[in-house]
Amino acid sequence: MTGSSDLSSSPAIVLDNLVKFFGRFAAIRGISASFAPGRLYVVLGDNGAGKSTLLRMVAGLMEPSQGSFTLLGTKNHRKVAHRVGYMGHAPLLYDELSGMENLRYFAGLYGLDDDTVCRKAMQMVGLDPELSRRIGQYSQGMRQRLSLARAVLHDPELILLDEPFSNVDVHSAREMAAVLGRVRDKGKTIFVVTHQATLMEGVADEFVHMAAGQIVSREEAVRKAALSNAEWTPR
Amino acid sequence: MTTIGVTRTTLLKDLLMEWRSKDAINSMLFFALLVVVIFSFAFNPTAEESRRIAGGLIWVAFLFAAVVALNQTWARELRNQVLDAYRVSPAPPNALFLAKAIGNFFFVVVLEALMAPLFVVFYDLRSVGPVWQLIVVALLGTWALVVNGTFFAALSIRTRSREIMLPLILFPISIPALLAMVDATTSILTGEASPDFWIKMLAVYDVVFTAVCLLLFESVLNAE
Amino acid sequence: MKQLFIAFVVLTLGLLAFSTYQALFVAPTEQTMGDVQRIFYYHVPSAWTAGVCFFVNFLASVVYLWKRNLASDALAAASAEVGVTFCTIVLITGPIWARPVWGIWWTWDARLTTTLVLWLIYVSYLVLRRFSAGGQTQVLAAALAIFGFVDVPIVYMSIRWFRTQHPSPVMGGGENSGLDPAMLHAFFWNLAAFTCVGIVLMVVRYRLQMLEEKVEATHAAAALQGDSR
Repeated sequence: MTGSSDLSSSPAIVLDNLVKFFGRFAAIRGISASFAPGRLYVVLGDNGAGKSTLLRMVAGLMEPSQGSFTLLGTKNHRKVAHRVGYMGHAPLLYDELSGMENLRYFAGLYGLDDDTVCRKAMQMVGLDPELSRRIGQYSQGMRQRLSLARAVLHDPELILLDEPFSNVDVHSAREMAAVLGRVRDKGKTIFVVTHQATLMEGVADEFVHMAAGQIVSREEAVRKAALSNAEWTPR
Repeated sequence: MTTIGVTRTTLLKDLLMEWRSKDAINSMLFFALLVVVIFSFAFNPTAEESRRIAGGLIWVAFLFAAVVALNQTWARELRNQVLDAYRVSPAPPNALFLAKAIGNFFFVVVLEALMAPLFVVFYDLRSVGPVWQLIVVALLGTWALVVNGTFFAALSIRTRSREIMLPLILFPISIPALLAMVDATTSILTGEASPDFWIKMLAVYDVVFTAVCLLLFESVLNAE
Repeated sequence: MKQLFIAFVVLTLGLLAFSTYQALFVAPTEQTMGDVQRIFYYHVPSAWTAGVCFFVNFLASVVYLWKRNLASDALAAASAEVGVTFCTIVLITGPIWARPVWGIWWTWDARLTTTLVLWLIYVSYLVLRRFSAGGQTQVLAAALAIFGFVDVPIVYMSIRWFRTQHPSPVMGGGENSGLDPAMLHAFFWNLAAFTCVGIVLMVVRYRLQMLEEKVEATHAAAALQGDSR
């Protein structure tokens, strides 16, 4: 079982000796790697390994101290910002607005004027678009789901998620993992930083292990039905 | 994704949020009221004296109240780190700045409209010069305060002691604008001089600093 | 390069000694003010030097926002500190001179007020540098520096106008009071000496800043190699 091995498709992300310092602390210590598109990568590692830092750099929230990276084939990252989705560790939502109001605003940032896009995004993550409740009153699970909806609202090719399952109930987490699998099946590239590897075992294509600011190993995921109750979808 | 489109969208979102919570308006109003009352104990003016000092009192009260709003509107973007969502999107940074500045401008102007009658009553004010000139001064002056204030609030919200940082860096730079506003207001109220030079100076100040803010905002927004 | 600098420092010290001699002993005593007037030889050159420093700070800040290199940020930090120091000297020597001569410590005329506002702006710049975290400091400070510098002429003009509307005592005999040629001599020596002192201090402070950056970079490089934190 392999991921897309089409050699003509250019990599989604290419990291070239990426380094990031916070004062004297080297959070990222010279990472060079290439990531093929259309796969779901799960980034694992202990706290302080640099996973979130790497994700934030790729998302464009931080400049690298040294080195560079290519995103969707270009070094001009602003140009492809509309093809990238990011879900942060924090909810990245306005507590005072309802679900649809939040999504409408963020859709506007991407130049999307259409309510249906927002509705579909909410429905995809299992939330009711008619809910007029302020999201400040949502449960954590609902908030994370909405945050995911926001990240994929504009149908990006590359989706970066930082600890999407933190403090989320098991049911929501499993649903989100399934959603990610379906999104990947449409040909999107997904990076998930998480501590909970078992949750992703049903859908991951590759596990990337980080420690002390470097990638220490990468392994192909082998999806087995026996590990969870998730259905095995033959390719 | 045009600047105007995003500015409109962001401004409407901010107005909606403010309408629901009324955080900024309420704190501003209360603060301005407090300042007025305290000033009335500090200075006990006759009607004639009032006209001379009212200009200064009013603008000091509005300045302090505006600082409250300025911090609030950026604090909103830092909760839940929602500013990251904006930065990651292709939306132009200047649209965010304009939306915040225009929103702040709107809130402070509403404050001024609400407080003006109070000032008239408390200090028994009557303007010798034309009132429309007062309005022009108020609009130009408010923009002068708000445009730099919005910029510096974005700057100082990332520092330690952010509440003190904003006034600390905003006030010195705003001194010419404050001087213009105060002296123009006094000139108009007392009818003793023409505010023309001040109005022109405020216009120049507004243009210069709006340009500087727009030039530099992107760097400040993306400073780590 | 280092020898050149040491030679320059020696020259500066010599210049300072000579100009002090000129100011205190050679220049004639002023007719009306007496010996107190000699503060003038320190007051005005300090103001000039402060102005030079703040201009350097402006240029360095612009270059930093454009090029994002450490050297321009270090120069901006150095020039601001030296500038504030000289500005403080101006604000202290001014009242010391004014009190015995004009009877008042201070007046809110255009020059004095502008100097005070200038001082406030650059002190706020230094406070911002101190209070902001890590990577942001340089960018935020550079932005503030540009605002500050652009503002100064506006401050001057507005207070000038304010004072034509509401005149108040002007110290130092107005804008264009002439100087006795004998005094001019001492004045220019001091101007040169103070400018050189300013340059020396800026260079030293700049070097210090760059050294600190170098130390950080070395630690960082070490952190990259091993796993020291």
